[in-house]
Amino acid sequence: MLSSYWDSVCIFLGINILLGISLYIPMVCGLISLGQGGFMAIGAYVAVMLTKAGAPFVVALVAGALVAAVAGLIVGAPALRIRGIYVMILTLGFGEIVRVFFLNFEPTGGASGLGGIPPLTELWQIVLSCVLAYLLVWRIRQLRFGRAMIAIHDDDLAAEAMGINLTRTKLMSFSLGAFIAGIAGGFYAHYALFIDANQFDFSRSAMTFLYVVLGGTVNPFGPVLGAAIVTLLPEVLRVVQDWRMTVFGTLLILIAIWRPDGILRTAGFRK
Amino acid sequence: MFIQQLANGVMLGSTYALVAIGYTLVFGVLRLLHLAHGEVFMVGAFAGLQVVLWWHFGPFVALIAGLVVAALLGMVLEVVAFRPIRKRGNSHLAPIVSTIGAGLVLQEVMTKVFGAEQTPFPSDLGKIAYDLGFIHVTGSQVFILAVAIVSMAVLHFFVTYTRYGMAMRAASENLQVAAILGVNVDNVVLVTFAVASALGGIAGVLVGLNFNAISPYMGLEMGIKGMAVMLIGGLGSIYGAMVGGLILGIVEVLSVAYLASSLRDAFAFGLMILILIVRPRGLFQVGIRAER
Amino acid sequence: MSAFLRVEGVNRRFGGYLALNDVSCEVARGHVHALIGPNGAGKTTLFNVISGVLRPTAGRIFLDGRDYTGLRPDGVSRLGVARNFQQVRLVRQLSAVENVMIGCHAGIYRGVAGNLAEFFGLGGAEKAAREKSREMLAFVGMAGKAEVPVDQLTLVDQRRLEVARALASEPSLLLLDEPAAGMNPTELDELKTLIQAIRDRGITIVLVEHHMRLVMSIADRITVLSAGTVIASGTPSEVRQDAAVISAYLGTA
Repeated sequence: MLSSYWDSVCIFLGINILLGISLYIPMVCGLISLGQGGFMAIGAYVAVMLTKAGAPFVVALVAGALVAAVAGLIVGAPALRIRGIYVMILTLGFGEIVRVFFLNFEPTGGASGLGGIPPLTELWQIVLSCVLAYLLVWRIRQLRFGRAMIAIHDDDLAAEAMGINLTRTKLMSFSLGAFIAGIAGGFYAHYALFIDANQFDFSRSAMTFLYVVLGGTVNPFGPVLGAAIVTLLPEVLRVVQDWRMTVFGTLLILIAIWRPDGILRTAGFRK
Repeated sequence: MFIQQLANGVMLGSTYALVAIGYTLVFGVLRLLHLAHGEVFMVGAFAGLQVVLWWHFGPFVALIAGLVVAALLGMVLEVVAFRPIRKRGNSHLAPIVSTIGAGLVLQEVMTKVFGAEQTPFPSDLGKIAYDLGFIHVTGSQVFILAVAIVSMAVLHFFVTYTRYGMAMRAASENLQVAAILGVNVDNVVLVTFAVASALGGIAGVLVGLNFNAISPYMGLEMGIKGMAVMLIGGLGSIYGAMVGGLILGIVEVLSVAYLASSLRDAFAFGLMILILIVRPRGLFQVGIRAER
Repeated sequence: MSAFLRVEGVNRRFGGYLALNDVSCEVARGHVHALIGPNGAGKTTLFNVISGVLRPTAGRIFLDGRDYTGLRPDGVSRLGVARNFQQVRLVRQLSAVENVMIGCHAGIYRGVAGNLAEFFGLGGAEKAAREKSREMLAFVGMAGKAEVPVDQLTLVDQRRLEVARALASEPSLLLLDEPAAGMNPTELDELKTLIQAIRDRGITIVLVEHHMRLVMSIADRITVLSAGTVIASGTPSEVRQDAAVISAYLGTA
């Protein structure tokens, strides 16, 4: 069927889609995180510690994601009281703290990284997770929780006056995003077979941000599209492969100037 | 010994202050988080390095080179990447997206041109040492402190007494009203970027002299620390940036001296998060609301 | 006749500016109680205090005898207080009916198990909320516009939508902040009918308005605010003849 090379591309595509969705969820609420790399790192390291200790893959994945979700609650709490830009800075700082932490944490390898990870990730698992994650987001948007998130994004004063608990909704969305990023981290670690702190640095978070900004923040398919374009473009255009960041950086600037709402500007799948 | 560490901290802190002032100037006038500022700082450092390597000029000329190149780069960025967005004026997210993009471009281009490794920054200043009895300072440290003080003094003078400085302050109070009152907003924004970037460039050369090595990745680290300092000092407050920079420099040096040195970098972010939790408006509030 | 809503000695200070100065007022259950006064008198500020958006600097507020001072807006909403906003605050990304469904937010909640059920399309709370929302839209005269996106609605329809959204939470107290703004005479008549219909459902209404004819014709009692202080309170005819009111506020028609 698919050659091993394209298997690899698809797996990375799936991981990036999960990351994109993980950022999309808090952004629906208006919380912009530049620290998804940090949650991914937590999910990765925790999952690896567990699989190395003999735990089944699913358990390790979920456990890693749960720890990331708790981190999401901790990081999200101060984010409740501050405005948008500050949330970006806060999450950026969080991502860096996680990176510096794992760079120095000897039990998980410190600066030399962590190797010998069992190769447990398979394509079908990633495809399944992506489908589930997308359905989750799509369905939530149609329901009460989704409406509450959108209401908070557009006008949180009015949202609160309508009976929406800002704290609970925002924390839940932030934490859910962190959970999914943790799952992505777990998958990544058990495919790359070697991880170190610098693989989850700011450029990881910035790329995740790019997926969502490119694809659009209104439509749940946006982050999927954005991740697909950014992951597959280097495969198609050689120049993109060599000058990846330059191309995507320029892309970000162009999007910011001409199409700040992203490619998919309408909700489309709205009921 | 403690005083020595304090002195070292002040030297380091003054470079942080210079970078943070750049951030805070741009934020004050445009309410924009200039996430590419760290890369401008890095480009300034490399410009200074080239001058030293190719023409064997001393640190002073390197400083000028860093300053000028950074200022030019900052102005180019403003015209190419930010002005078009400002003209379209809708999204609050778009300008920041653009700065992230610009930062990514700058970092990769510099990495391709100069290599990803650290490049040594040769300087004779480091070899000069002054023994003041209770503390020991090298020539480069004195140079750094002197330049930083002079820069901040010039900046203070500029902002307080010149027409452009006053226009900048007016614009940072309220951009639209300033425009109505006849301030040429486009020029003010351009000057703001030039000044902020120039300070960043100066800081880049100073850091190169201090650590005797630079790399294309220094922009990211300094960038985030610079933002942290800006936050600690209070967004939009120049004096807050100065004080915050000194605080961070001292804290970092003390942490290396008395605690585990590897966690040094985390202090910036830790302090920043602490401030965001305890007092989001920073040490010196300047009327820009942080809380919802 | 015990007061349904009681505002007691409320002060609200913004820095050096005292927007509300020892404001007290009682609204009887089932009444349409109007709040009038010149611009800048503090009417919207008082609304914000009553709905929990602002905390009073001093004083207390009671609903049905219960002191709820300091409760956050979402808590106040759950007590049964609903409001609209002077500048329309709708969710642009959603359709009209979805905006009304936000009003049902607290009402749909059936616990974690309920949420899970809804996710899989079981449990009827979502469906019931959508039905009720359509009813509310019809009630305010917007039947057939349920799926229209908010930015395609006229301003008057948007204001109606806000009222529908407020009603969807099944409030016992409804705060209306200048619902008549921008309306022509026909629309004003429809509004009057709507307000009466709301009152007939047993909902107490506090109304801020500038349209004096509307106010005089439907209010049971009126409180007059000027520069943050209550200068008069009583029936429409009493207030109309009050000297202080006349001097502070030359009524507009």
